[in-house]
Amino acid sequence: MLQKTSLKSNTQIMLIFALVVLSAPIWLTPIGANYPDLLQKFAIFGIFAIGFNILFGLTGYLSFGHAVFLGVGSYTAVWSFKLLTMNVIPAIIFGTALAGIFAVVIGYISLRRSGIYFSILTLAFAQMSYNLAYSVLTPITNGETGLQLNSNDPRLLDAIGRSEEVIGIPSTTLFGLSMKGYSGFYVCAVVLILAFFLSLKIFRSPFGLKLLAIKSNQTRMRYTGFNTRPYLLTAFVISGMYAGLAGTLMAITDPLAGAERMQWTASGEVVLMTILGGVGTLIGPLLGVGIIKYFENIFSALNESALREVFDFLPDSMADAVVFLTHQFVGEGWHLTLGVLFVVVVIFLPGGVMEGINKLNGWIRRKFFDGENNVRNNSSEVDQKVTGSAGEQ
Amino acid sequence: MQSSILRIEGVNKKFGGLNALSNIQLEIEENKTHAIIGPNGAGKSTLLNVCIGRLVPDTGTVTFNGVNMIGLEPYEINHAGMVRVFQTPEIFPELTLLQNVMIPALARRDGLYCFDAFKDMGKQTKIHEEAEAVLEDVDLIKFRDQLAGTISRGDKRRLELAMGLIQHPKLLLLDEPTAGMARHDTNRTIDLLQKIKARGMTKVIIEHDMHVVFSLADRISVLAQGAIIASGTPDEIRGNPVVQEAYLGGEEL
Repeated sequence: MLQKTSLKSNTQIMLIFALVVLSAPIWLTPIGANYPDLLQKFAIFGIFAIGFNILFGLTGYLSFGHAVFLGVGSYTAVWSFKLLTMNVIPAIIFGTALAGIFAVVIGYISLRRSGIYFSILTLAFAQMSYNLAYSVLTPITNGETGLQLNSNDPRLLDAIGRSEEVIGIPSTTLFGLSMKGYSGFYVCAVVLILAFFLSLKIFRSPFGLKLLAIKSNQTRMRYTGFNTRPYLLTAFVISGMYAGLAGTLMAITDPLAGAERMQWTASGEVVLMTILGGVGTLIGPLLGVGIIKYFENIFSALNESALREVFDFLPDSMADAVVFLTHQFVGEGWHLTLGVLFVVVVIFLPGGVMEGINKLNGWIRRKFFDGENNVRNNSSEVDQKVTGSAGEQ
Repeated sequence: MQSSILRIEGVNKKFGGLNALSNIQLEIEENKTHAIIGPNGAGKSTLLNVCIGRLVPDTGTVTFNGVNMIGLEPYEINHAGMVRVFQTPEIFPELTLLQNVMIPALARRDGLYCFDAFKDMGKQTKIHEEAEAVLEDVDLIKFRDQLAGTISRGDKRRLELAMGLIQHPKLLLLDEPTAGMARHDTNRTIDLLQKIKARGMTKVIIEHDMHVVFSLADRISVLAQGAIIASGTPDEIRGNPVVQEAYLGGEEL
């Protein structure tokens, strides 16, 4: 019986998820977040956070240097555009693979320690890569200018069978489909859906359970007959490849790579997103991405006149006061709102926004469906069992 | 002549100036329950830690099933078939009871490392059945979906035992399985251990509670100040004046 519920809910979850993601341009319209640039950001950082959550959410190892893989993915993708072809497929493959190789090396060394020491080691690697990109690696990274496309790039594969000169810089394509605007978003959205599916599989696999057990009590795992380090390294590499994939997609939608992508603030951002949304839950990191990116792009653009319009219905004197107060929290003050929100979530909902949603859900159930919920709970229980326990920490 | 499954020879371990273990010779026979008793600080836990690779002895060998165990990693010793049940419950508090016992079952099936990220945990029917059966054995099946951190201490100890049993070890090392338990819980644990004994499994029990020792053990070794002062059947130990002197302070058993 358990087999069937689990299988069915996998398909159900994926259908709902795909529907929500693909229809995002429609349902994000009322809050003004329906333009392709932002949608792409949602999808790309979504992939980054999902991958980060596989490491942090399942094993509890907090990496503070995941932006390295983002940078590696971006640089590799741009090089693929410069040298091979403007087609995005090779860029995705090379970017993800190279990030994976970096993850093997960094993970192998960093995972010799746990806890705060692991975090520091990953941070050290990230800062080292960031500084190298500005100094000795300038021939590869183009230093402070950032790696850009050039009209006289070789593009060997594209050059085959073409007779006339190409004028200007062509845009990135998927077999001829330009990656500008909505088509770019939809490619990112499809990759996000696949990435989410893979993470769902991992969360519900024996492998995922073993990772959760490592998080819970690693010493016991070793006495139970597991060599934990290869498991941790696998999780680290998978998570690094997710970040590499996200970095690649960044370069696809905007073919430019700079070292600031690897800075520690970028690594910190994904940590904030994951914690804000809910560590160890499937959807949480995506919610975190949505909230932070929305604040960064929409909230920060609200100015005083926009606020006046919102509070137009109030009498003038009150409107002045309200506008004055709220003004501190929007526009350039958006960091303040985000900071307050983060503090409130961490103190009152350590499980992130997801914990809040679950609590609300439980409250509604008790209030309105009291007594008859035994049968209904069954299907959602399977989901809770795997994800819910991880959210406790 | 019974064959011995675990052979401890000439083991010495010093902590600073203290002789925690001095020249330990011990043989554990197959399919027997062997109790190790002794006063506090006699070196019982040290001996157990040497067996499972937590401590490396200064000299001596620990041979299990013909293989030298010294210097092996804990997971290698586990896979050799020697499994320890911890005194303070070492469980996975954030996982359910069912998941807690499925983990050691997976260890038995998958070995040291297995990348099975694309299988569905819901489809591991055999592991599920095994886990449910062993929870049934220790009488915890009613809590199967509760988080292990939330059950009582006595229940945690039995969960700990279940996690050892599901691996079908060749040798089970029990570290004070009833310490700190109420009489009622102790009796339940004794019943459980007797049930397992009937199925045939070699066990080493470290225990304070004489009631437990004499109701379970086939052989008893007495440890005092890091040395084995006597070994024999329960009856021999009961009548041994040296043991009574060293351990029981001259009291009749």
